[in-house]
Amino acid sequence: MLKYVIRRILQLIPVFLSVMVIIFTILYFTPGDPARIALGQEVTQEAIDAFRAEQGLDDPYIVQLGRYLYKAIFQGDLGYSYVMKSSVSSELANRIPTTIKLAFWSVVFSTLVGIPMGVISAIKQYSLLDSFVTLITLLGVSMPTFWFGLLVILAFSVHLGWFPSMGFSTVSEMVLPILTLSGSSIAIIARITRSSMLEVIRSDYIRTARAKGQKERVVIFRHALPNAMIPIMTIIGMQFGMLLGGSIITEAIFSISGVGRLMLEAINMRDYPIIQGGVLFISIAFSLINLVVDILYAFVDPRIHVK
Amino acid sequence: MAAKSNSLWKYTLIRLRRNYLAIFGFVVLLILIFVAIFAEQVAPFGYAEQDYMMIRKPPSEAHLLGTDEFGRDILSRLIFGSRVSLQVGLVAVSISLFAGGAIGAIAGYYGGRIDNILMRIMDVQLAIPTILLAIVISAALGPGLFNLMVAVGITSIPRFARLMRASVLSIKGMEFIEAARAMGASHTRIILMYILPNCMAPLIVQSTLSVANAILFAATLSFLGLGIQPPFPEWGGMLSAARPYLRNSAYMSIFPGLAIMITILALNFLGDGLRDALDPKQKR
Repeated sequence: MLKYVIRRILQLIPVFLSVMVIIFTILYFTPGDPARIALGQEVTQEAIDAFRAEQGLDDPYIVQLGRYLYKAIFQGDLGYSYVMKSSVSSELANRIPTTIKLAFWSVVFSTLVGIPMGVISAIKQYSLLDSFVTLITLLGVSMPTFWFGLLVILAFSVHLGWFPSMGFSTVSEMVLPILTLSGSSIAIIARITRSSMLEVIRSDYIRTARAKGQKERVVIFRHALPNAMIPIMTIIGMQFGMLLGGSIITEAIFSISGVGRLMLEAINMRDYPIIQGGVLFISIAFSLINLVVDILYAFVDPRIHVK
Repeated sequence: MAAKSNSLWKYTLIRLRRNYLAIFGFVVLLILIFVAIFAEQVAPFGYAEQDYMMIRKPPSEAHLLGTDEFGRDILSRLIFGSRVSLQVGLVAVSISLFAGGAIGAIAGYYGGRIDNILMRIMDVQLAIPTILLAIVISAALGPGLFNLMVAVGITSIPRFARLMRASVLSIKGMEFIEAARAMGASHTRIILMYILPNCMAPLIVQSTLSVANAILFAATLSFLGLGIQPPFPEWGGMLSAARPYLRNSAYMSIFPGLAIMITILALNFLGDGLRDALDPKQKR
């Protein structure tokens, strides 16, 4: 088991390296001079040249890439934001907790809502309730997050006035962003739970459990649900990653100062080091979560042999 | 060969016809395509036609869905906006279908080291959440319709590559491939003429669902200010422009979102229906 975990972690290293290379390369070939961005438009050519020489911006691509990788890996230095006038790592460190909090609570919320929805829908297949859940999940999957966010603000903030439409520090400020970010995840988790449960409920051991007179509640929660969990867990893990990416939109709508909004501002200002750092952080988080899900499989389902 | 694929399509059509949601999706899509092609004829106003007497007026008889902050007719802008969405959907998915399909076919067919290298590259791309990658690429390419299509198209290449590879692997070992090879067919010929036609079903389903995804991504990028630039209407961009007026003119935000949702819903219905109709596991 431990060997498996270690091997999986080691496998992530080339992935992270490649992500860094890809993002660096995309942004390197993006038009726009970092020196102009840092110094503004009204400076002399000499100042620009001096800045470029000092920052090593005139070095060939491969030298700059090598320097970026070396500093990031051996010194934990992700570069310096010309716009923010501070190091990328410290900017990220300020913003990461907010984004993780947002994504984490959204995953918790969508799991707590999505799984029961799917289970109920599967138990009462073809009932009115099932149709209702199916309709909701279809709408949820097809609804753009940013539109859902605006509707949520319209309903709960503008009309009812229950929750504020900005910020993310108090509990009441957290409600609407979490609801917005969870919207499509609830639908996806409910959908997978329903189909996974339907498959399990038809199996022989469920018939056996019922035949021996087991209470229906025990049949569903003790026998059926655990066996339906593998695909559900996969989806929840994937959702966590999607939510980290999707937090960009939610953070933009609710003016939350997390990594997503930081990156969006960086994109508008062409502040490349910040973009590189942000993408790297989200990709690392995404990969680690998927790794944790893979390892959890082995605990939930002993049939999965870890080679 | 021809007779076999004919009957496959006929069978698919028969099964699809029984699925009302899929038909609904198909009809909505046809209407959308019609509206997009004949936008000039269908739309009551031009997309940039401003009327300063009619700024931010709620839906009325003259302007069925109201007017925006420049007094432009929202319905007309939605109609012209459908062009962008459908174009982005089709072109972006074509990009990912061709690139991903080629990568997957080569990886699956040749196997070995090529397979390993190509699929590891795909894995790396999958390590970056798709919406994030789309945002970075479109930020790098700059605004514009074509750049938007490329940015959205690149993001789903791995999905098609994996799908194609899996299909090729399952078909590669079959006897008719061996027969073709024995007859002296070249690798390219075997891939294009014998393997590809037999991988069509999952590719079609994935393409339909990916169009929905592409439209959603395009709208998201435009909403974030990275896609189509004003004054040309794009549904996501319209929503973004309507945001400041959410409090007093909510209809400005509601209709573009509805347009996006209905389009995506239709594509999802059709995609799910196609999957059910084409899935051999469900055949009786």
